Order: sequence, then structure tokens, then C-alpha cells
Amino acid sequence: MSLNEREDEDKHTEDKERILMANDRKFNALFDYPDNSIKTSKYSLFNFLPMNLFEQFQRLANAYFLVLLFLQLIPQISSLAWYTTVIPLIVVLSITGVKDAIDDVKRHQSDKQVNNRSVLVLVDGRVEEDKWMNVQVGDIIKLENDHPVTADVLLLSSSEPYGLAYIETADLDGETNLKVKQAISVTSDMEDNLELLSAFNGEIRCEPPNNKLDKFSGILNYLGVNYFLDHDRLLLRGCIIRNTDWCYGLVIYTGPDTKLMQNGGKSTFKRTHIDHLMNVLVVWIFLVLGAMCLLLSIGHGIWESNKGYFFQEFLPWQHYIASSTTSSALVFWSYFIVLNTMVPISLYVSVEIIRLGNSYYINWDRQMFYAPKNTPAQARTTTLNEELGQVKYVFSDKTGTLTENVMIFNKCSINGKTYGYSYDANGQCVPVSLNNKVDFSYNHLADPKFSFYDNTLVEAVKSEDHFVCLFFRCLSLCHTVMSEEKVEGKLVYQAQSPDEGALVTATRNFGFVFCSRTSETITVIEMGETRVYQLLAILDFSNERKRMSVVVRTPEDRVMLFCKGADTILYELLHPSCASLSEVTMDHLDLLGATAIEDKLQIGVPETIVTLSKAKIKVWVLTGDKQETAVNIAYSCRIFKDEMDEVFMVEGTDQETVLQELRTARKKMKPESLLESDPINICLARKPKMPFRVIDEAPNGDYGLVINGYSLAYALEGNMELELLRTACMCKGVICCRMTPLQKTQVVDLVKRYKKVVTLAIGDGANDIGMIKAAHIGVGISGHEGMQAMLNSDFSFCQFRYLQRLLLVHGRWSYNRMCKFLSYFFYKNFAFTLVHFWYAFYNGFSAQTVYDTWFITCYNLVYTSLPVLGLSLFEKDVNETCSLCYPELYEPGQHNLYFNKKEFLKCLVHGIYSSCVLFFVPMGTIFNSERSDGKDISDYQSFSLLVQSTLIWVMTMQIALRTNTWTMISHAFTWGSLGLYFCILLFLCSDGLCLMFPSTFYFLGVTRNNLKQPQMWLCLILSTVLCVIPVIGYNFLKPLLWPINVDKVLERIHFCLKHPLPLPVQAKIKHPGLRRSAYAFSHKQGFGDLITSGKTMKSSAFKTSKRPL
Amino acid sequence: MTWSVSARGAQQPDNTAFTQQRLPAWQPLLSAGITLPLFFCAGLAFIGLGLGLFYSSNGIKELEYDYTGNPGTGNCTLCATEGQGRAPPPNCSCAWYFSLPELFPGPVYLYYELSNFYQNNRRYGVSRDDAQLSGLASALRHPANECAPYQISATGLPIAPCGAIANSLFNDTFTLWHQRLPGGPYVEVPLDRTAIAWWTDYHVKFRNPPLVNGSLKLAFSGTAPPPNWHRPVYELSPDPNNTGFINQDFVVWMRTAALPTFRKLYARIRQGNYSAGLPRGAYIVNITYNYPVRSFGGHKLIIFSNISWMGGKNPFLGIAYLVVGSLCILMGFVMLVVYIRYQDQDDDDNDDE
Repeated sequence: MSLNEREDEDKHTEDKERILMANDRKFNALFDYPDNSIKTSKYSLFNFLPMNLFEQFQRLANAYFLVLLFLQLIPQISSLAWYTTVIPLIVVLSITGVKDAIDDVKRHQSDKQVNNRSVLVLVDGRVEEDKWMNVQVGDIIKLENDHPVTADVLLLSSSEPYGLAYIETADLDGETNLKVKQAISVTSDMEDNLELLSAFNGEIRCEPPNNKLDKFSGILNYLGVNYFLDHDRLLLRGCIIRNTDWCYGLVIYTGPDTKLMQNGGKSTFKRTHIDHLMNVLVVWIFLVLGAMCLLLSIGHGIWESNKGYFFQEFLPWQHYIASSTTSSALVFWSYFIVLNTMVPISLYVSVEIIRLGNSYYINWDRQMFYAPKNTPAQARTTTLNEELGQVKYVFSDKTGTLTENVMIFNKCSINGKTYGYSYDANGQCVPVSLNNKVDFSYNHLADPKFSFYDNTLVEAVKSEDHFVCLFFRCLSLCHTVMSEEKVEGKLVYQAQSPDEGALVTATRNFGFVFCSRTSETITVIEMGETRVYQLLAILDFSNERKRMSVVVRTPEDRVMLFCKGADTILYELLHPSCASLSEVTMDHLDLLGATAIEDKLQIGVPETIVTLSKAKIKVWVLTGDKQETAVNIAYSCRIFKDEMDEVFMVEGTDQETVLQELRTARKKMKPESLLESDPINICLARKPKMPFRVIDEAPNGDYGLVINGYSLAYALEGNMELELLRTACMCKGVICCRMTPLQKTQVVDLVKRYKKVVTLAIGDGANDIGMIKAAHIGVGISGHEGMQAMLNSDFSFCQFRYLQRLLLVHGRWSYNRMCKFLSYFFYKNFAFTLVHFWYAFYNGFSAQTVYDTWFITCYNLVYTSLPVLGLSLFEKDVNETCSLCYPELYEPGQHNLYFNKKEFLKCLVHGIYSSCVLFFVPMGTIFNSERSDGKDISDYQSFSLLVQSTLIWVMTMQIALRTNTWTMISHAFTWGSLGLYFCILLFLCSDGLCLMFPSTFYFLGVTRNNLKQPQMWLCLILSTVLCVIPVIGYNFLKPLLWPINVDKVLERIHFCLKHPLPLPVQAKIKHPGLRRSAYAFSHKQGFGDLITSGKTMKSSAFKTSKRPL
Repeated sequence: MTWSVSARGAQQPDNTAFTQQRLPAWQPLLSAGITLPLFFCAGLAFIGLGLGLFYSSNGIKELEYDYTGNPGTGNCTLCATEGQGRAPPPNCSCAWYFSLPELFPGPVYLYYELSNFYQNNRRYGVSRDDAQLSGLASALRHPANECAPYQISATGLPIAPCGAIANSLFNDTFTLWHQRLPGGPYVEVPLDRTAIAWWTDYHVKFRNPPLVNGSLKLAFSGTAPPPNWHRPVYELSPDPNNTGFINQDFVVWMRTAALPTFRKLYARIRQGNYSAGLPRGAYIVNITYNYPVRSFGGHKLIIFSNISWMGGKNPFLGIAYLVVGSLCILMGFVMLVVYIRYQDQDDDDNDDE
């Protein structure tokens, strides 16, 4: 880099630096910082129309129809009136436009509401109320408890000691636990002294606005001293102040510059397989369209030179037509206009409507509503519905997804004695029931939600058993939980991990109530007696150490070290002889006891997994947990079964071993897959550049695979990933443990890339976001680990078991409906449009349409739209019970059997056949034919009317054939549309209308004259039957001659429905005893740092310690 | 485009049949028990209907004569060759002699048929002004652009009726003469030229412009007839109810045909002695040969036909019904065979299981 460039760059960064001066609006005004008003709305009243239209015409389909419109305006080639395109286009555009407008009005309203919120601003030494939007950079504002933060502000001082302020960031990142921010000491000393605050004239230099929520760096220059500022000093807009009476802040970023706003607006669009297929098909249609136009224009050229040239006596060529070649060039475009309906204008908008409708069904489903949390399932993305019916791989998180992530203190062992079993009066062990729940009423600080079933432990506590007390003392001291007292006498704990919360809560109930902490003390009420322990040190939990310790000085002036942690780690630290507790050495700890915390499997998880695997959906568990835990969970939720042939473990710690382990596993499952003659190996040998599709391989039995994170790191490397994929995909169940979030994403991506099947990731925590975003469908469980996973997901609900309903019921229906919709939609447009093609051979290829222009205008929009919408919103081939009882029914979606290129070609062939019938039967009927009064009816208008009426009948019959479920709405839509057609027809041909606009409506009286004729109805019946009979025959013969698995199941279901027998009851899977023995310990670091860091600052009494005891 | 579904803060969803997708529904199933009988019944019904249609169509008598005048096809050849290449062609007459051995049962209709005539060509079909034809005075003076090149005459006057369709009005005329006894005199058979157009066309759609001083001629003043016409539109017929835009021949012609071969009604024979049909005897059709079709390879035919309950002679529907009916039955049999075979196989499979 040359010197010049470097200088430039320096200058550049300098420009970008933000400089501001507190309490100096004049100075800050020099930099043109935006004010604090935000604008999330896109349009204003004036620019809505042009901007919205501009956006809409960027979509290919709309642009195409716009081009078509311009073509139609050229009189030399216009073969259709302009309104045939304009009216549908306007309808399509206005549906989208209205929807955009409604969304934008909502945004306007919320903007207005937000901008007009009031905030306290420090002006001239006084605190004044002002609107949010008037807050400027450099202002000092006062924020109060439970109020949202106005802008990104630098925390100056707060009501809490050490300048701490607690915030909740739910709106920002979805996490509901409190976070702590701390002011630097030089500003926190100002406290709420308004004089000092007004005189504060610090200058801040900081980085320009960016969207990194956890990054901020700046320098405060105050009284000549520089103070470094980081993101711990910054309160971000969107957070809510909690547990802090007041705090003062210096506004640094406002309005659009705030991190909240900088983060908004960009979301990646997921497109479904059907979307891609649709785009491919539209291109195919274009090609077919082009080919037909070319063919017809050649035909036109030939006709013009053979016949048209001589027919000029009655029909002279236009003056600009020099030869038949010119004419045929023009006719190419004329036919392009006539045949444009091959590309269905309303396809995309209909697809959106259908998906929206099916998304609402998910939101409305009461069986996916979780009453305890009052949360219904939610389709957050409404464009992926049909893909729910095609899922092949499910990647699931473990904790909080398969399990409840509600840690329950279940059992403990103290001094060799186990507590936690329930006993009756006779000392017999009895199953846990509400009757023998321990009564904690002696302890007024007890948490009523906690339940325990072993009274012996309570008795031990009451009798002040030494070990038991020490055990609970340890648990009440050795943690990083924060407590707060929201209501007098009601403690609320804020724990970084649910395990810790469970332990401290249990301890509290047994009478060792952790009350409050300062950086130097911990206050505990032990059996009613308040004791203050001096906190000497906290060694916080970390993933490496897997334990935490505290060193305290007891009121009796003893120094004690308490440690708790994962069993494997602590075993190593224990004194070989744990008999005596008095012996505390530096090297060895003494065992007080062990706790058993249970994280129960969610209800219905094993059943769901069995159902999913019956539906040939493979469930992979990707967890950060340790191997033993994960494997146990896999067994208990039936991913692994005892009857499996083998479960392979891949635990290698170097590349060679991992490769060897994977190969050995594969050799066992399918020996021939290692041979060079294996199709995949052949494919690999060719070294394809593009990711190709790795076909499914069938193993010789049921296998499982366990792979841990270290091995996975090697397995995911370039040349090994295919080995991993092939081995893993042959297994029935795969467990990946000790995964980092990135590895989760990589695994999902690997399968997605090479298997080319639909993947679904389900998780509840922030560490699942990667895979949720990477998978085709991301499902978030709104659980205990905040809402981040849910906010990034496409679908969210509360319980894992809803997944089977989401996939097998909603997904399957959505997929079937979408496929039925698409195949019918393409068919109906082919049959409709291709009639013009046949007619071309009889009208000199002159781009004459068969139908009236109004019929063309209304066909997609009015006559056929409702029945197809009804079909795609109400159709059910089997009911939900069958869907769940026969998971095999899910398979066609996975292989995309119901709509693919082959099905599309069938639609095309069917459309061609129907169009032939629709053209030639009416043609034969009216050819040289007369009415019973001798007048001829072989005129163009009668023919047109006959063909269009026949078409509508045929389409009605076709949709009736495709409808399995006739609700009242389907009846109304289907038959109503047919009736509507005749009503509109009568209207369009009525005297009044035609005489009023003779040049626009010129079918006067055609309806009346023709519908009276018997041969018209005979023709109609004949055509309809001819179109319908082959379909019925095909539908009848197909399951007999070319059966797919589903056909037999469907047959059985229909048989059962006809002869009502009790449906096979889904075998209730016995909950195998939880084998999980491992200690799942907190994955997150606690508040340890913060607690100890307080030491370096001033000490002041906590308010909580004033609480009456 | 994305649609937002906002369900945040929603409580328990409503328990309605609609939201829970439990609308009461009828689920018909096309099982073998329905499909197979359906095919056989439909087949039988179609065959029955087809037979009826076929016989009623066959019962209709038609008599047709190609008077295009291609060489060696009768006495119109002369007219055809005379008119060749001359515009306008000279007046020329020719005749068609035929005799009926027995009564041609009535009512008898006289049609002319043109073939290879593309009335359905798009440019031809749009070359008219329906506003003008509906009697709108403004449209009379300002014919629609679609009429070009027959929109404005060479002298700059608006053409009424404008457009290629009107310009190409069929202008051959026919008279029918009957010789009751051999050697006897030929009596002119009355041809009823009224009510040959659709009632709605004649009474509603086509209207003359408002009369000026009670005169249709004045109403059309300032307009020119189409170039091919020998007389203006208001002189198409002396009958005031059959002239101008509501001339029945004109109205019939303006209802353009769907196919390049088409028939149009010329007259009905239903008066006097001929109400029961054409009695046996010799007939002459005197043809005024004006209309040129040979240049583009067209044909002109004259046709006598009678009518049944379902219109004129058209065997198509009858045959089509018979064919479709037979197909239904054939397919029914195929399906039955397949069904029985595979049903057995299925049962075997099930037994094996």
C-alpha cells in the first residue's frame, strides 16, 4: 500500500468516527446526526402508488404482463383487447398493493406511537418531559424503572450501587434474563445530582453506527482524562430498564443509527422446492409458448402466400404488409399475446393466498396450543407450508427440545444416604403422588411451585443433621444466582442456568434461603436464622473446568471452600477417604453429597419420534451435551432401540481414526458400498465440481451412530464429509454430541447440500439459531432459553410433540393441496389456451381467439378462481386421525411424487387432450349445422360461446373429480362459480349492456339463442364426458397397475371408513426408565465476574439487607 | 411477496369447525362398485342417444349443387370465366336444373354455402363497426378504425356500413321455378326472404340510424356505400323493414362464420302449395352470378334442406355419441378385467402376508 493510500484510509476512518459532546447541542449539530425519530414505514401517501408499483413490477411475472400490455397496445399486432391483460393485472397488483398498504399503515401507526413516547431530558439543569423523537445526540436523559430505553445511551449513573443498571433485552435478542450494565466510576459518582450532570461536558469519540449488538468501543474524554468505553456501558434502544429506580444516560446513537434499527430489515428469504420447480416450469412454458408461436407464424406465412394473397379481394393486406413474411413476423407477436394465458397471471398470487390460508390453520390449531404457557403454534413464515409435507431429515436439539428444560431437584444423596423416594406411613416405597408431597408450610419463604416427595429429608433438616445442613449450606452459597424481591417476602431468583436455579430453589424450600448478595457477602436465612457469610472468592463455572467454587468465611469465622460440579470432574478432586469432613486439604475435597436433577422428557416425545420414523423421517439429535447423556436420551426417546443391530461410536481424536471408524461402520452396514463398483464411488471418481445428489443407500439392518464434536471436526473437513454423510445417512438414528453451534449448522448444511431433500431443524436455544436458519425449515420451541430460537424460526410452538402434527397433518395437507392446486392450475390454463392453437389451423393462423375477450379476462379471475381456492384450502384426502395413524402416508411428499416435472408433463398432455376435445367436438357440432328453425348457428359467436361454456363445465367436473372432501364451502365455490358463469354470460350478452357499449360488448343475444338449442347441450355433455372419462379410468387403473405404497394404505383406510372398525390404536410406548445419570451442568458462565468485580468499587449497603427478618 | 401472520399475544384459538378444519364434509369415493357400473351405464346411455341422433340426422334430406363454375361443372362455367379478372364482374345468369322424383318434405330451407372463405380471419372479423350498425349517428359519420381500409371512401366520405365484412356481402341471387308436369310451364316458387336472421339481430342488435325527415336516404346522406356494392345500403330492398342495416341478407352475412366453410340461410319455402315441401317435378334455380370466389379457390353451393327437432343434417353428434358410448363400455370391460386380476393378486399378496 502506498503512503497516499494509507493517508486516505486514515482520513476515511477519521471521518467515520463519531464525536459528540455531552450537553452541547450546538457542537453536536455540526455533525448532522439524525434525530431520534424512527421510520420503519416504507411508503407515504404520495409515493405509495409509484413505489409500490415499481416494486411489484420488479417481479418477473408482473413485468411479463406489463410487457404484454405494451404489446397489446401496438395495433399492428394486437390480437386481444387491452383489458384482457389490464384487468387481471390490476386485480393481482391491487391484492398485493392493499396488503402492502395495510402492513405499512400498521408500521406508520407504530412509528407514530413510538416517536411520541415521552422521556425525561435534562435541559438547563432541570429534568423536562419531551417526546422521544426530539431527543438529540449528546442529550442526557433520565430513564426510569420498567421503561424502554429511548436511544443507544451511555450509562452515566444509576440508583443502584456501583452504577449498575439491569436491563432486559427481550426485544433485541429475545433473551428474557436480566443483563447488567455498569457505568464507569467517574460518571457514576455524579449520581442524580442534576447540577453535576448538567455541567458534565465529556467529549466522546466512538465508532460509527453499526449493527453489532455486543460490540462498542469509544473514548470518553472528561476533564482531560481518557476513559475507555465498551459495550458494557451502553444501554441499547429496545431494552427495558429493570430493578433500577432510575439511571442517567448520555445519548450516543439516535433513531436510525441505533443498533436496534441498524439490525432491522434484512432477512433471508427461504424458498421452497415447489417455488424453484414453479420457476423452472414457467421457463418451460415460455419455451413451449415460443415454439408454438413460431410454428403458428410459419403456418401463417404459408397460409398468407397460398391463400391469403388471393383472398385479398375481400381482405386486402394492410398497407404496411409487404409480403407474407412480414405478416408472419407480426403474427408471431399476435400469437404471443393470444397464448399468454399459458403463463398463468394469477398463479403466484394464488399460491401466496393458499399458503397464507394454510398458515392460519397452523395458528388456529387448538391441538398445537400449549395451555400452560398460553401459547399457540405460530407460522412465522407463511411461504414454506407445503415443504412441511416433504421433510426427510429432522435435526433436533436435545435440552429444551426433547426435554422440558425444567430442572427438577429430584433426589440427593447426603453422606451416603439417598433421599427422594416416596414412602408411605409403613416405610414402604410408593409411587410419587400428590398425596405424599412434602409440606413446606413451616418455611414462609418457600417457593410453592417446588415439590418433593421424601419427608425423611425434611426431618433430617429439622433435626439439624450436620451433613444435611452442610450440604444445603453448600448449595445455598455456591452459586451465582441473583435474587430480587419484587413483592415483599417473595424472592425471585435470576439464574444463568436452570440447573443452578433448581438447586438454589430446592435449598430455599428446605430452609436454607439465599436472600441477597453483595460483592463481599452472602446473606442466607438458615432455618429462620439470618447468617451473613463473607464472600472471599468465587471461581465461576466454565465449560472447561465444569465446576464452580466459592470460598467463604462463616459467621463463626471459619473459612470454607464449597465446590460443586460435574461428577466426572469432582471424582478426581475428592479425597480418597471421604469419611471425615473435618479434613479439608488443599488437594482433596470431601464429598458432601450428590444431587440428582431431572430434566424430564417432554410429554409424547418417544411417540412422536416413533411416528416420525414410521413416516421415514430420520431424526438426528445434535446436542452440546455430553455423550452419555445424549445416548441415554436417544434410547429413552426411541431414536435408538435396544433391538438395533449395532450402535456405532465415532470418538476418534485424529483424522485417521475417524475415517477408519466411519469406514468400518459403513462396511458393516453395506459392505459393497466400499467397492469401486458402487454407483456413488463411480460418481465420486469422476470428481464432479458441483455438489451432486448422493442417492440413498440401503443398509442391511438397523443401526445407530454416535459421533462427538471432536471427531466431527475432522469428519466435516473437505474430503471426509461425504464419508460422514454416507455412513450417517445409512443409520436409523444419529446422535451428534458436544457440538458447537457452528457444527450444528455444518451438519445441516452437509445433508442439505448432498441429499437434496427437505431438512428441518428444531431447537429452543440461541445455539440452535444457526441450524434453524440453515435448514429448509426452522422450528423454534418457545421454551425456557429465551425467544431467540423462536424469533429466527419459521414455525414455533411449545412442545416437541406438536412436530408430528405440524408435519403429518398440516404439512401433508398443505403439500397435497399445493400439488393438487398446481396440477389443476396448469392443466386449466393449458386446456384453456391450447384451443386457440387448434383453431389457428381453421382461421388462416390469423391469431383469432376462440373466446370472447371478456371470457378471457374473467376466466382465471372470476370463473375458476374460487373452486381452486376451495380445493386448496379445504381439501383433505384422509382425516387427521388417519394422517397420524398411518405415517406411511407422508412418504409421497418426501419423494415429491404428487407434483414434479413428470406430473407437470402429465398436466400438459392432459391439457392438450382436453383442448382437442374442447375444440373439435364443438367444431363438429356446429359445422354446417342449423337450428330447428332453419337459421344457422355456425357463426363465430355461437361457436365461441359453446366452447367457453363447455370449458367451464369441463373445468368444474375436473375440479369435482379432484375434490375428495366436499364441505359446504366447496359446494358453494364449485357450483356457485358455474352458476356465476351463466349469470355473467347472460349479463354480458344482455340487450341493455350491448346496446350501451356496442363496440365493447358485441355478443348480443348469443346466450339466449344458443342455450335453447339441444345440440349445444348435447355437445356440452359429450365434451364433458370425453374429458372426464379418461381421468376416472386413469384414477381407477393407476393404483391397480402402478401402485405406490400409499395406495394400499389409502385403500385400507377407505375400507376401514366404510366398515367402521376401531382404528389400530397407536401402541402406547412405555416410558423406559430414564437412564440419564450424568450431571448436566450449566453451559453458561454465571454472574461470578460481576459479583467479584464490585469489590473494586465503593461498597454500600444493599437495600435488600434492610428487609425485616 | 410475503404475507405476515401475526399471532403474537393470541390466546387459545377459537374452537370452530372452520379453524380446526373440521367442517362437516361429504367424502364420495369412486370405488370399483361405482366406477364400473358408471362406465357401463354411461356407455349404454350414450349409445342409445347416439342411435337416436344418428337416425334423426339421417332422416334429413339435403340437395346441394356446386355452382362455382369450375370448368366442366355445368352451365355456370361461362359466368365464371366471363367474370374472371373483371371488377366489377358483369351481370351474368346461370341455372341449375334438377328434378325431384318424390316430395321433398317441408319446411324446406334454401341455403348458400361458401367454402375456403375465411370469415373467421381475425382481421376480417374485426373489420366492422358495431356501433355504426346499432344505428348510432355519430358512428355513422366516424366509422371505427378497425374498418380500414373500408373506413373512408376514395372520395373522403365515411363508408356505411364500413369494413371488410360488409364490403364482401354475398350478392348472388336465386329464384326457384317449378315445372309441375313435364313440358308444362315453370311456376315461380315463392321464397320467403324474411325472418332468416336471428330475431335478436334483426330486432335489437342491428338498427338503422334515425330517419331524417322520415327518409332513410337522407339519414345515410354524406356516407358512401362499400366499394364492392352497386347500390347504397338504403336501397338494399324496397321494403322499408328490410333495408338499410336491417336488411335480412345483410344481417345474416354480418354474423360471421366460425369456420372457413359455412352455410347461410337464403330463404324459406313455406308458402302456398309449397308449405308441405317441394312436390315432385322438375325445378330450375336461376342464379344471378355475381360473387367471385374462384380467385381464391373458393366454392359456392346452393342447398335445399329440411330440418328435424335437432336442426339440420349433421351426423357428427350421432356418430360421436355412438363412438364415445362404445369406448365407455370397452373401457369398462378393460377396467373390470384389470380390477378382477389385480384384486385377486392383492388378495394373494395379503394371504402371503
